[in-house]
Amino acid sequence: MKNEQQIGQSYSRLEGDQKVTGAAKYSGDMNIPGLLYGQVLNSTIVKGRIIAFDTSDAMAYPGVIEIFWHENRPSLTWFSQLYSDMDAPPGSPFRPLHDEKIVCYGQPIGLVVAETLEQARYAASLVHVEYEEEEFVMDLMDNLDKARAPKVGMATTLKPPPPKPQGDFEKAFETSFAKATGDFFHGTEHHNPIELFATTTVYEGEGKVCIYDKTQGTVNCQLYVGNVFGLHFKNVRVISTYVGGGFGSGLRPQYQLFMSVMAALQLKRPVRVTLDRQQMFTFGHRPPTRQLTRFGAEANGRVNALFHEAVGETSQFEDYTETVVNWAHMLYPADNTLFKYKLVPLDVFSPLDMRAPGGSTAMHAIESTMDDLSYQLNMDPVDLRLLNYAEKDVSTGRPYSSKELRQCYVQGAEKFGWHERNPQPRSMKRGNKLVGLGMATGIWESMTLPARAQAVLTREGKLEVSCAVTDIGTGTKTIMTQIAADELGLPMEDVSFFYGDSKMAFAPIQGGSFTTSSVGSAIKAAGKALRKKLFKKAQSISGSPFSGVAIEDVMFKNGWIRLKSATDTGVLLTSLISENRGRPFKTTNFSVPNIFKLKKYSRAAHSAVFVEVEVDEQLGMVNVTRAVTAVAAGRIINPKTARSQILGGMVWSISKALREETIPDYRFGKYMNANLSEYHIPVHADIFNLDVVFVEENDEIVNELGSKGVGEIGLVGMPPAIANAIYHATGRRINQFPIHLDKLL
Amino acid sequence: MELPISTPDISTEQISATSEVNFTINGTEQQVTVSPWTSLIDTLREQLDLTGTKKGCDHGQCGACTVLCDGKRILSCLTLTVMKNGSSITTIEGIAGENGLHPLQQAFIDHDAFQCGYCTPGQICSAIGMMKEGRAKTREEVKELMSGNLCRCGANVGIIDAIMEINNGGKHE
Repeated sequence: MKNEQQIGQSYSRLEGDQKVTGAAKYSGDMNIPGLLYGQVLNSTIVKGRIIAFDTSDAMAYPGVIEIFWHENRPSLTWFSQLYSDMDAPPGSPFRPLHDEKIVCYGQPIGLVVAETLEQARYAASLVHVEYEEEEFVMDLMDNLDKARAPKVGMATTLKPPPPKPQGDFEKAFETSFAKATGDFFHGTEHHNPIELFATTTVYEGEGKVCIYDKTQGTVNCQLYVGNVFGLHFKNVRVISTYVGGGFGSGLRPQYQLFMSVMAALQLKRPVRVTLDRQQMFTFGHRPPTRQLTRFGAEANGRVNALFHEAVGETSQFEDYTETVVNWAHMLYPADNTLFKYKLVPLDVFSPLDMRAPGGSTAMHAIESTMDDLSYQLNMDPVDLRLLNYAEKDVSTGRPYSSKELRQCYVQGAEKFGWHERNPQPRSMKRGNKLVGLGMATGIWESMTLPARAQAVLTREGKLEVSCAVTDIGTGTKTIMTQIAADELGLPMEDVSFFYGDSKMAFAPIQGGSFTTSSVGSAIKAAGKALRKKLFKKAQSISGSPFSGVAIEDVMFKNGWIRLKSATDTGVLLTSLISENRGRPFKTTNFSVPNIFKLKKYSRAAHSAVFVEVEVDEQLGMVNVTRAVTAVAAGRIINPKTARSQILGGMVWSISKALREETIPDYRFGKYMNANLSEYHIPVHADIFNLDVVFVEENDEIVNELGSKGVGEIGLVGMPPAIANAIYHATGRRINQFPIHLDKLL
Repeated sequence: MELPISTPDISTEQISATSEVNFTINGTEQQVTVSPWTSLIDTLREQLDLTGTKKGCDHGQCGACTVLCDGKRILSCLTLTVMKNGSSITTIEGIAGENGLHPLQQAFIDHDAFQCGYCTPGQICSAIGMMKEGRAKTREEVKELMSGNLCRCGANVGIIDAIMEINNGGKHE
């Protein structure tokens, strides 16, 4: 059938041809005539100041055009808050080349610009820098006594502080029948998209630049560049059509953007700055976090006491926070609770949201502690969760807009074959390997932010929709085209979605699983307005079949507006163009979430994850041999790309639980494994059977689409499910991520 | 960052010396003038505007820069251009035929074997090289021999599914 709904269909990515043929141009791929190359210099000390910066050898080297550093950079805004951005935490944002002060290892301190890449890179090695060093602190666990409450700011609205205590935790825990306590830690992680951060800035005349940037927010970078360099926003265009992975790293403007724009404006030539892999470890990261839990339950298994405390790392200049201790009570309705969240400022760069920030950290502690509790109660882990199922969010007293988590447990367990599990740890074997089955729950809040979209019916009767939002590989282009197609009842081939350009309608940064809901709602708003416009015009035609008809009584289908009651009566959309003197119909609309309605509900996506591991105790090796993630995330716009999102989250889970960590040397204040051979992520050989189940969930409250987003939910539940499976296999509960072989030998 | 720990003691003349290299790129004969230290990936990307070959680490650790050289998969970031005089190089831009996509490219689309698409050119070139090596028959063997190509989006399942479809002589799994 030609005219079926596009939402809900599995489409391959519309930009697939571009990506498999190498035609897709990323920000570091823009070869502009006369292009200059910039190589960033980074601090080799952790803390102190620059006392000498000798560029004479480097400047004498052939091909070198200019070297920028704090003493010769152009004068910029003096007001530090103008360096702020949509994802800036409370504090004072880092200002590249601002002064001689060094605040962390790898801080950018200069830029060498040359005619070729090789010249720039070599000349950078000829710059001689002298420093005066100061004492620094970098070890979170060694500085827990410095923990303090985080500062409050704009960002706090999306990252609320811990909920207030309820009941009397200490008393209730003391008298609990079963008690589980845990001390959890994970170290620093870096996003490490495979694409290196790169910016190509094209100088377009006095005060005007066109910037190809690797980012998750074109408008965010446009505002940043305008503010920092004092340019009119209309003279700053940021384009980011293809982004080679984000995972949060592009939520804030990174320093290559600053460097590239600065050099292009000064030299009045196009300049590209690409970071190298080591430099990818010199900006935001997931902060190391220590968590303590104490959960108590009554003899019947009811959880009656919840304590969760988290202490996270931040920099000395910003208070980066995460929502860590707010989740347990959303899932488990205990009467007595106590939650604490603190920060320790250290001499590192500011942490930065990294896929499922806070949530994936929290679930590690919460779901491992629940698993522990299940053994103490001698209950099946799934049964314990079903017994303590929260019909409403007792942490706020609000109902859920929808919650099909129970079905996630049921369908996930069924698909996985959970019933075959022998509850006894160390009871299951395959050859010489121990086999363990574990499970855990996932939850991620569904947010919607204001966004804008433009919809145009072209002269040819095609629909063109546009928004400044990026597509970081999440399938945004494809699903927005699907959403738009349904607005006018058009087939996919008659609809185009344009994106990744700050000149287009406003979009917030792309992250937090809120793009589908935010931009999708904007497209629906623009589609609705366009339908209204078209219908009004159709009514104005002399002899219109729609005179006296309400818009609710017509439908838009295959390029026609037709009466619902008499589908043979209608007006062709293209005929309206001639009625409009040959001009296309155009509308741009804002979609703002209805806060008053939404705040009556808690809105979240949920998951239940089931994992099988094989553990070789002689070698300490762990393989995740199979896993099932059952997800309830409202309406799934495109099951094919959504499944890939969840699978990606599952691979990240294996990485988080078993592989990746940035290892600091606290004596030297540096990361020791700033490269892709020692920063381990799973390779193909590490990935076995992964399966995804989407549970049907109808939500008429969360947003107009009823869709909750799937970017993070694949990552929150699975890491603890892996740890729980390792416990089941080995009888050893390891609460530190990643679980490397040394912990299992 | 901090590239050479000590600057090598070489003269500017030595560094600026250039050589002519003649090779075939995607079926077309090319002549380039390069410094001895110029890597193949930088020649492809910066001189020949073949930006489909991607740089993810510049150290041979991620596989994003994989191209085919005389039919074999190589890491173009660990290859000096001057080493390849007379060679025939195929980059991702040369994989599709006149009649459209290579079957593996189509399989990548069908199996949603990529998200951001950045590692994709390297995965495809590497897989074509691997299939030519003829060593991998089973899924486990393919996974092992493709493990030099990292994917941070976690599209591993789709990538291996796509390769298996073609590796089995076009039979769908």
